[in-house]
Amino acid sequence: MITAERDLGTKPVGGEPTVAIEVDGREITVPEGTSVLRAAALAGIDVPKLCATDRLDAFGSCRVCLVEIEGRTGTPASCTTPVEAGMLVSTATDHLARLRRGVMELYLSDHRRDCVVGHGNGECEIHDLAALVGARGDRYGDGGETHLDLTADESNPYFTFDPTACIVCSRCVRACDEIQGTIALTIQGRGFDSLVVASADDKFMDSECVSCGACVQVCPTDALVEKAVLELGEPDRSVLTTCAYCGVGCSFRAELRGDEVVRMVPTKDGGANAGHSCVKGRFAWGYANHADRVLTPLLRERTTDPWQEASWEEAIRRTAERFLSIQERFGVDAIGGITSSRCTNEEIFAVQKMIRTAFRNNNVDTCARVCHSPTGFGLKQTFGASVGTQDFRSVEHADVILLIGANPTDAHPVFASRMKRRLRQGAQLIVVDPRRIDLVRSPHVEAAFHLPLLPGTNVALVNSLAYVVVTEGLVDERFVADRCDPGEYARWRDFISSSEHSPEANEQYTGVPAADVRAAARLYAGAANAAIYYGLGVTEHSQGSTMVMGMANLAMATGNIGRDGVGVNPLRGQNNVQGSCDMGSFPHELSGYRHVSDDATRALFDARWGTTVDPEPGLRIPNMFSAAIGGEFKGLFVQGEDLAQSDPNIDHVVAALSAMECVVVQDLFLNETAKYAHVFLPGTSFLEKDGTFTNAERRINRVRPVTAARTGKQEWEVVCELATAMGHPMRYANAAEIMDEVAVLTPTFAGVSFAKLDEVGSVQWPCNDAAPLGTPIMHIGEFVRGKGLFVETPFVPTDERATRRYPLLLTTGRTLSQYNVGSQTRRTRNVEWYREDVLDVHPADAEERGIRDGDRVSLRSRVGETTLHARLSDRIPQGVVYTTFHYPVTGANVVTTEHSDWATNCPEYKVTAVEVAPVHAPAGNGHDETSRHAGRDPNADLVRMANQIADQFPLHGPDAAAEAVAHHLRMFWEPHMRAHLLALVDTGSEGLDPVVVDAASRLRATVGS
Amino acid sequence: MSQHPGWSTERARATAVAHAGERGALLPVLHALQREFGYVDPRAVPVVADVLNLSRAEVHGVVTFYRDFRSEPLGRRVVKVCRAEACQSVGADRLVSHVQERLGIGFGQSTADGAVSLDQVFCLGNCALGPSVMVDGIVQGRVDPPRLDALLAESAPARPVRGSDPDGVVVYVPRDSAARAVGADAVAVEIEAEARKRSVSVTIVRNGTRGMLWLEPLVEVATTDGRVAYGPVTPDDVASLFAAGFVDGGAHPLALGPTDQIPALARQQRITFARVGVIDPVSAEEYEATGGLEGIRRALTMMPGDICDELVESGLRGRGGAGFPAGIKWQTVVDAPPGERFVCCNADEGDSGTFADRMLMEGDPFLLIEGMLIAAHTIGARQGFVYLRSEYPDALATLGQALEVARACGWLGDSVLGTELSFDITIRVGAGSYVCGEETAMLESLEGKRGVVRAKPPLPAIEGLFGRPTIVNNVLTLATVPPIIAGGAAAYRAFGVGRSRGTQVFQLAGNVARGGVMELPFGVTIAELVDDCGGGTRSGRPVRAAQVGGPLGAYFPESSFDLAMDYEELAAADGLVGHGGVVVFDDSVDFARQARFAMEFCAEESCGKCTPCRVGAVRGVELMDRVLAGDDVRANLGLLEDLCEVMTDGSLCAMGGLTPLPVRSALRHFRDDFDRAGDSVVSEGDDP
Repeated sequence: MITAERDLGTKPVGGEPTVAIEVDGREITVPEGTSVLRAAALAGIDVPKLCATDRLDAFGSCRVCLVEIEGRTGTPASCTTPVEAGMLVSTATDHLARLRRGVMELYLSDHRRDCVVGHGNGECEIHDLAALVGARGDRYGDGGETHLDLTADESNPYFTFDPTACIVCSRCVRACDEIQGTIALTIQGRGFDSLVVASADDKFMDSECVSCGACVQVCPTDALVEKAVLELGEPDRSVLTTCAYCGVGCSFRAELRGDEVVRMVPTKDGGANAGHSCVKGRFAWGYANHADRVLTPLLRERTTDPWQEASWEEAIRRTAERFLSIQERFGVDAIGGITSSRCTNEEIFAVQKMIRTAFRNNNVDTCARVCHSPTGFGLKQTFGASVGTQDFRSVEHADVILLIGANPTDAHPVFASRMKRRLRQGAQLIVVDPRRIDLVRSPHVEAAFHLPLLPGTNVALVNSLAYVVVTEGLVDERFVADRCDPGEYARWRDFISSSEHSPEANEQYTGVPAADVRAAARLYAGAANAAIYYGLGVTEHSQGSTMVMGMANLAMATGNIGRDGVGVNPLRGQNNVQGSCDMGSFPHELSGYRHVSDDATRALFDARWGTTVDPEPGLRIPNMFSAAIGGEFKGLFVQGEDLAQSDPNIDHVVAALSAMECVVVQDLFLNETAKYAHVFLPGTSFLEKDGTFTNAERRINRVRPVTAARTGKQEWEVVCELATAMGHPMRYANAAEIMDEVAVLTPTFAGVSFAKLDEVGSVQWPCNDAAPLGTPIMHIGEFVRGKGLFVETPFVPTDERATRRYPLLLTTGRTLSQYNVGSQTRRTRNVEWYREDVLDVHPADAEERGIRDGDRVSLRSRVGETTLHARLSDRIPQGVVYTTFHYPVTGANVVTTEHSDWATNCPEYKVTAVEVAPVHAPAGNGHDETSRHAGRDPNADLVRMANQIADQFPLHGPDAAAEAVAHHLRMFWEPHMRAHLLALVDTGSEGLDPVVVDAASRLRATVGS
Repeated sequence: MSQHPGWSTERARATAVAHAGERGALLPVLHALQREFGYVDPRAVPVVADVLNLSRAEVHGVVTFYRDFRSEPLGRRVVKVCRAEACQSVGADRLVSHVQERLGIGFGQSTADGAVSLDQVFCLGNCALGPSVMVDGIVQGRVDPPRLDALLAESAPARPVRGSDPDGVVVYVPRDSAARAVGADAVAVEIEAEARKRSVSVTIVRNGTRGMLWLEPLVEVATTDGRVAYGPVTPDDVASLFAAGFVDGGAHPLALGPTDQIPALARQQRITFARVGVIDPVSAEEYEATGGLEGIRRALTMMPGDICDELVESGLRGRGGAGFPAGIKWQTVVDAPPGERFVCCNADEGDSGTFADRMLMEGDPFLLIEGMLIAAHTIGARQGFVYLRSEYPDALATLGQALEVARACGWLGDSVLGTELSFDITIRVGAGSYVCGEETAMLESLEGKRGVVRAKPPLPAIEGLFGRPTIVNNVLTLATVPPIIAGGAAAYRAFGVGRSRGTQVFQLAGNVARGGVMELPFGVTIAELVDDCGGGTRSGRPVRAAQVGGPLGAYFPESSFDLAMDYEELAAADGLVGHGGVVVFDDSVDFARQARFAMEFCAEESCGKCTPCRVGAVRGVELMDRVLAGDDVRANLGLLEDLCEVMTDGSLCAMGGLTPLPVRSALRHFRDDFDRAGDSVVSEGDDP
């Protein structure tokens, strides 16, 4: 059955006071300001309507919902008439019937007669309504003026626009304006000539349309309709589920005809998207059935051998044997695994459980390592919880939005629409980004300030913002006194008010005029509600964690935490980044962010799992690679991540993978990483999964199987079977049981179950006895850690800087139609918008190098080289180049370096010193030949990482700094790594920071004790 | 004649940038582009969108909504023929046939050689002196085919004279566009030349019109015994006037005696129009010397609520047509939540047969400014807009001049008249859309959008321009406020009948012998206006009917001319006072054709938002075409009746809602014309 959503005609109005009216003799009480149309619907009386929908503002154009109101002349439209106390409304008099019939006759006189017959989808409200009111199509006869000779626009790959079915109700135009905020549609001409057109009467594909699908969804006729519906026919059943693209986590109704998905339609009551969608979630799901899908397990001895198909039993048995054999020969710690932010919480939980039980170590990490690990670290330090503070809805209350290193219109489009709505209502925007992203200036949206800082200087900028707040008396003293740790605040205050943090002093690093920084700081601090939103432009830096803490400091100092419209909000890149972190897939943390060294927590897990969890942290992803190259790490289970495309310094990654004995890839496609794999375990698409995703606002959404698993197995089943084959039995009857185990083991998830989610739709964790329906906003009244902690955030410029040889800085990002490494979107018709990664070069930089728009250029860093086409663009400042990494052939990550965040090792994707030069013949990317980096000295890496930590505590004094470094190493470094470092200290290795040496001796003392 | 340079992205950008700081700047930008290039090149769309931070779709939607904006270059001469009812009644259709045949093109087209572009227009505000034509932006009256040919052959029109010797005898030659349409400029030029030749010292004052348009060009001379009038004067008469000593009030066949004693003027009760035609419209001294600013000076001593009460007490109702009590509307804005407010003057006087707003703006613009100042003081507005139709270039020039003078005098700007009141007025020019005279469509247009009607509620008084509380009144309403505040509510209320108090500036137009404005108390009958004031038809044939209240008003047969001009009485007779226009038709009129025209006008001008109007009007035209062809007349008229009900009761605004009024009145009173329609080829009638 299709669970069609009832449309109440106009938007809900909340609150008091209420008024009572009578509709056709039925009494109904509704909030003041409610339309008569909605009140009637709530009373169970559906007044016929065409232009009205409860997703859009009332418009009053179709004149079908006319009613009579006692004591009033005429027949007002019920959609635009608000209720008044005591109103007596009639919706079905003879007069009204005559008028409706008359209006419908006019519609029919200029409407295709075969909507229903022609397409059999029964979607045309015109014919339905005409039949309902008894209108005939022939009274005006033939020969009149019509629009029936117009031709359809088929340019969009996913939907068609047929003006002969259009009734000019403007629902599509209004949806593009009110819901999406792009305003790509308009009415052309006037009167009878009125016609819906895209942009200036362009083809949809040539217009400003971003293909979000909102217009298609609201169209009451066949004028705007999905091509799949025309091809496959009307859907006959639907399943509620969650999109698997970005961290917004939109709720969708998957509509099927038989077993075939016809379309995905966003649901109005979706907590994250409230009925909206983007081109990816709405349309780009076809990859799930792409011919490239591998559905049978594959095995091979060596990566040079061809793949051999195998049964599940054989594949699992052989994998278990290999892993056990490695452990036998190289030790328990010689294998590990990586969980995927693309998989369900249940699948992730199963993998980390397999590693901690069957693998018997903590060598589990998640791909969130390479995107948002600094978020978890920074917000845990300052607020006490590794999560964003708000729900998405909160942005509707923000007066000033500080957007840092995020490009929501491309990467989080559905949230961007929400943000734009708020901006169009008058909220002010500050954009901190090297690029002039669309939100800096796009129709009806204009940032008050754009601070185009040089890549790598975030911390300098946020410190300057804080400097202005503190030195200009803009601190919310009351909030700080009531809510924050006073001692640490005083320390931070002294630190930040030093003139070295002034905008004037930092201008040399950031390149942003000091006056703009000051004005932006005043705007942020002066707002009633100011909210920070940020993305990977914050985290993927050598000081990503410092920057997160810097933003937290700023929010606390201005009192912008703990209510609607404020907060510090990460925009998570992938659908389940939050969940993959929550589920205990970091090497130092069990689910719910509890450190493995905590005895009580471990005891809980030991009891439940019948095992002994290692109290020491395991290896992080980059450490695994280093250890592999060092010959100590031999086996890896990779759940749905394409390390060989998405991780930095691909030469290094490839060298590491090549050095291992058993690489297991669980994925939909034979991706780049699979080239180095020995076992391929076919995965399930989101349309087949049963479980939950947790979005960027901590919302746990159900993912329901729309179709059966095409591989015959859920991914968690495969993991359970592998663990069992390795000697640790793991069994669940279904995914719900996995979540039940998470709930038992994780206080913040104690109230979560599939049954509850099915009942209430979704919840935002923490969800437990204290908050049975979840927690939309965190830190109300009190921080999770008690008092908010101000942390000193010294700016340590990255080692990755422009030089004479590499004079430009490369930074990277996403485009709307493509997603991440593109393995999904490249297998859909989204490629029609974006067929290759291009390199944006500033015209001045281009001219200097003799590069013209469209030229092929080489992009070279000190670690690698690739070629791609250049696009001249003034969106980036001079000295900066920009590209995306959606296509493997481009290999943007061939050039990114080993630099990473000091605290979490999140790679510094956003800053790479490069040179660009024109090339005349296409060259492949350079990682086949640049193997010199594969043999990079692991000792040097270790020294660099340790020294980098020491750099972060320059103000502590040598003693406190050494203690801080020792503490960090204890909490986050795997024991072998610590031992290596100690050995290096013992041998007097070159270049060690004295603070590190001191920290080493403190470490040795604890280990010794 | 237009000479425009070719396309240039840089100049287009610069043109747009010049207006970028204005709120809702799109229409001013498009007008500026059209001035710069002669049309709005499609290549301008992305440029304008970028400069104003709009989407291309928005810009395209606006460009295509308004008739004025052309996407292709216009011809060197631009001819617009008025097809509205008043001009129809005196032969506009023949002029249309003539010009289309002569040029070999239809409306909206240009001749192949690029010499002439032709278009139709619905009302140029010259309804007593039709048929009217606008050639290269200048209105011409009483145009017959030979005159039109002559106009096209002429190279450039005479330039208006703006006064000369300051010490000479004062001679008044109106600058009003109706007077100019019948040669006032040429008369002024000739008087100046003749005076120089005869070494007579004269000062020519370009005043507004006295409103007796059949006497235009009406030349007045200031004598020791007061002003005396001569008219209608042609340039050829000027020498004989000088010879007759007209500068001293000498006798001449064109002499009309003391102006004030001309019966048509003497019988009027001029309150709103007291100064129109009397003073130099842009002379601040003359304005103040004749009682100007008394209203605002008194208002500045009053509380907002008291001003609203005074207006309510006076009985002043919106003169734009809806007749809503002005004081109550103002009070609603006063009571709205605090914050920014606006005063918007609706000067989009698009109803055919009406031209009083135009005459006031050309004859006494300070009065309108003063009315807006009182409104601004009452509601606390700092910014006002006058939305002026593009068909009124003379009103634009005069009002624009008056605004500059008012600013220089400290009547506008910061600290008006030295008080705390700060207020300024911007003129926004429409772009060829009748429906923008509807208040919410006008607000949309002021915001730079398509002139599409908004649903009400919310009322503009609560959510008006840019979503803020806004007073929207038409010109006559605002211009009547100063005399009411200055003279008190009781004095104004003393005039009129029933709930229709005070005076109305009635406009006699169409096929009428003595056309023009008649400011009289409400309650005057149609017969008094048409017969006594108007003197019957201009053609000399019997009067058959009058259309009262514009193109959406009813046709009344002569037998019902005893109806009084009173909002309630006319409504009871299925008619409306509207803006006070009365268009007279003689017995050559065919009401089946008039009914078709009503539907055609609606189809031409519908904003396209609501279905009854958007689709219904086109179907109405088609039904009438069948009726006129004698095709199943009874059935088609039955369906027409059904359609009229749907349009009346189902339309969003008065455009679709009132279009059936002329149709149904024609059917009710002149059914024979419909039944006869198919019998034979429709008679064109004799020349009037």
